[in-house]
Amino acid sequence: MTRAVSGSEPQGSTAVETGPARVLEKGFVGQSIPRKEDERLVQGLGTFFDDVRRHGMGYVHFVRSPYAHAKIVSIDVSKALELDGVYGTITGDEVAIQTDPFFEMSVEPGGNIKDYALAVGRVRHMGEPVAAVAAATRELARDAADLVEVVYEPLPVLTDAEESLKDEVVLHDDAGSNVVWSGVFDWGDVDTALAEADHVVKIERLHFHRFSSTPLECAGALVEYDRGTGEWTLTCNHQMPGVGAIWMAPALRTGIDKLRFVTHDIGGGFGNKICLHPQYVVLCLLARKLARPVQWTEWRTDQHTANAHGNERTFLDVEVGVMKDGTMTGFKVKALDDCGAFPRYEPLGCIIWAQVTPGMYGWRNIRVDFTQVCTNKSPVSPNRGYSRMQHLWLTERIIDVVAQELGFDPVAIRKKNYVRNEQMPYETPNGCVYDSGDYAAALDIALDLVGYDTIEERRQEAAARGKLLGFGIGSTLDSGTNNFGQSTLLNPELQFSGNNEAASVKLDIFGEVVVTLGTVPQGQGHETTASQVVADIIGCTPDQVNVRRGHDTWFNSHAGFSGTYASQFAFTGLGAVKGAAELLRGEMIQLAAAVLQAPEEAIELSEGFARIKDGPPEAALPFMALGAIVNANNAFLPPDFNPTLNHRFVCRPYFGMVDTEKKTGQLTLTYATQIHAAVVEVDPETGEVDVVDYAAVDDCGVRINPQIVEGQVHGATAHAIGAALYEDFAYDEEGTLLTANFYDYHVPHALDMPPLKTGAMESPSPVAPLGAKGMGEGGGGGIHCLCSAIQDALRPAGGAIVHDSCNPPHRVWAMLQDPERTRANVRVASK
Amino acid sequence: MAEPTRSRTISVSVNGEQIEHDVPARRLLVHFLRDDLGLTGTHVGCDTGNCGACTVHLDGAPVKSCMLLAVQADGAELTTVEGLAQNGELTALQQAFHEHHALQCGYCTPGMLMSATALLERNPHPTEEDVRVAIQGNICRCTGYVNIVEAVVAAGKRGA
Ligand code: FES
Ligand code: FES
Repeated sequence: MTRAVSGSEPQGSTAVETGPARVLEKGFVGQSIPRKEDERLVQGLGTFFDDVRRHGMGYVHFVRSPYAHAKIVSIDVSKALELDGVYGTITGDEVAIQTDPFFEMSVEPGGNIKDYALAVGRVRHMGEPVAAVAAATRELARDAADLVEVVYEPLPVLTDAEESLKDEVVLHDDAGSNVVWSGVFDWGDVDTALAEADHVVKIERLHFHRFSSTPLECAGALVEYDRGTGEWTLTCNHQMPGVGAIWMAPALRTGIDKLRFVTHDIGGGFGNKICLHPQYVVLCLLARKLARPVQWTEWRTDQHTANAHGNERTFLDVEVGVMKDGTMTGFKVKALDDCGAFPRYEPLGCIIWAQVTPGMYGWRNIRVDFTQVCTNKSPVSPNRGYSRMQHLWLTERIIDVVAQELGFDPVAIRKKNYVRNEQMPYETPNGCVYDSGDYAAALDIALDLVGYDTIEERRQEAAARGKLLGFGIGSTLDSGTNNFGQSTLLNPELQFSGNNEAASVKLDIFGEVVVTLGTVPQGQGHETTASQVVADIIGCTPDQVNVRRGHDTWFNSHAGFSGTYASQFAFTGLGAVKGAAELLRGEMIQLAAAVLQAPEEAIELSEGFARIKDGPPEAALPFMALGAIVNANNAFLPPDFNPTLNHRFVCRPYFGMVDTEKKTGQLTLTYATQIHAAVVEVDPETGEVDVVDYAAVDDCGVRINPQIVEGQVHGATAHAIGAALYEDFAYDEEGTLLTANFYDYHVPHALDMPPLKTGAMESPSPVAPLGAKGMGEGGGGGIHCLCSAIQDALRPAGGAIVHDSCNPPHRVWAMLQDPERTRANVRVASK
Repeated sequence: MAEPTRSRTISVSVNGEQIEHDVPARRLLVHFLRDDLGLTGTHVGCDTGNCGACTVHLDGAPVKSCMLLAVQADGAELTTVEGLAQNGELTALQQAFHEHHALQCGYCTPGMLMSATALLERNPHPTEEDVRVAIQGNICRCTGYVNIVEAVVAAGKRGA
């Protein structure tokens, strides 16, 4: 097995020997086949949920809190109801009667929080929905919402996690504390490691900021209620319907079989469309109450204000042990995570980071004292790189701070401490297994791409122009296919473990090959990659394979954890497709053997035919014949032979159980590698950062469709660059979000993006069905690498320490003005 | 005081077809296209005129249809993304988007295509920089713009 190593620049490739992988024979898999999805999308013929209409449908607008924290004294909807064309309203009081609070994942105190679909008695973040109105048009619904009179009594506001921790103001009386969850993770022996180290580097505080990937299509759904059957159909853009239903059905006091999720095209998700259950429950109640379909499309400002932010995390009292030769022995840290007003998907973020506990490094002794609190800010939701990105940013910050303070070369210290290729598969201190990869080799490709050997000359040349040039590295992991059993490390009572995904493949009457997926793609090209896999297995072309768009509960091809999240389609999604296609293939061969009166071993499937290998040309059955025989012309088949040509397969990866005492176990299965390298120029007058050279090297094992993989790398990089330089969900003391839409929240535009160079390696995963690792999330490599580059640029100007993950010009300027302020944050104790 | 006019009949040409339609005076052009005419290829991605997902051509020029009222388009000639391909045949630009993987979720794509089509009409062979300037009013959250820029430049070359 060889793996190609190539970069978009320099051209060309080399080959390196590596371990075995279970991959398909060369065929369509591995080729950059242009996507099947594109034809409709470039013509404006995609179907997004907001494109779907129903007769008599009501448009829903939410009445939202203008306060970050307040008591609701009264709500009066009468004026709204008087408006012509208003169909009806719903308030928190009705929700409290008709539904139960959503299930909470945490133990106490967070587990006692009561989270309803609308605010009940109290609002806890700006933009929190307190009521909803349905009307004949979007405009009317908005007008009517303005007529709903809500009297509030403002309460003191918490916007800072450390303040929250004091519990002077408590957000959720039922919990009695703002702490959602806390626990200590202790692996190895960090105290001894620190005591024996030649140097101990202490960093008082690092802050990973709030932002989100803000998909271009906002959230929403069209909900229909069938009064005869009690079933709801949600035409929507939820990206994890399996889990959405687990939240919604008990809250609605109904069975999961009564909720049908349908998705078509989805305009991006990035995790931000996982926590839509509160709004969807309101829509379900309204559809039932008003006996008509209702539709809600979130406004952009509402999405920013009150849907899904990424987790904000403060790292306190970091201590790192370093030996004279640069070997790092371990670290300890207190992590304080701010999940906003309600935990929802949390406190899963309190454990998900542990998939990448040592980052890419050989640290064996690690202690993380983790606490999550509520504040009066928007709730969080998984956001591309969810929870691991924050932790990996910490590990990369540690490396660069240590390098700067102790005078190590940032490349050399990384290579010294990286887990090495020959250690793969590598078990981390907490029992996760890094499946494959060659981090040092990937770094070399990245260094080549940005011309690392000329950095010093370029630094001088920039200095001559009055610019501070900096070079930075971001080494990151994109862990995929997570083990839901890790939730039991937070709450041993939870009955979740493992993971699964389903797909079905059938051969229909005229020879149509039809694939249905349990996944919920939002731009990842699942229709294309699934068709490549099926085509190779049953012997046809991807064009002949019809992969149904989107998800439909009624396809019956989903499983409990179905969805598109956590970098896992390449493993579980395609694993399910492969399994189903192989079952179909087996039956097609059996059937052809029976019809052609030949042994099964003599049958081959290729080019849309089942034929006898090396047989006469007439000894061949087109797929159409196979489909027709089973479905419409089957009388001659023997009674004990019952082919269905319709197979569902559930891919269930094997993890084993986690150890809730030691907090160890296989938390996820595949680890794609990304190494980013950047060259920046900082303008000392303004603090502006210009990214002048950038490379991202990805190793996700076998690439089913390299072009799609590269597209994901581009996208993840753009998100990281935006986060590192501009995007910040900042709040004022009153809890007002200062960047509530694209006017104030600057995401990268075409002119902001540096030219991106990409490189790729393939270290096939020994555990994944196709040798392919999940890779969409990207691990925030760009954030790590730009923080690293900015710190390098500031070195000759006082050596400020980059302590925040977001570095817009004003923050960089402040570091230039007063480097000592950030330097005071760091102390070194040497033997 | 006289009652304000609440609705009006407008006459527009949309993708070559002449249309007369009553519209509420306050209706945005983008909602007129999507909700009244069913031309759902034009998308809405923001509420501040920043994202460009709603870009259409009005008398040949790219405009953000969320920043205009439908009544302001009275008498105009409009082209939406549905009007680009002729008889199912993709334009060179649409084809280039497909070949260069210039779209992922496809939500920004209609707006991108309309901005880039307008660019190619006035500058048939744009450089990368020209393209970046022309689409700076269009946000894409999926692609990092890399392949979009590449596709537009390639479509320009192909048209040479
Ligand atoms: S919807 Fe028109 S610019 Fe965003
Ligand atoms: S392709 Fe998704 S926003 Fe551009």
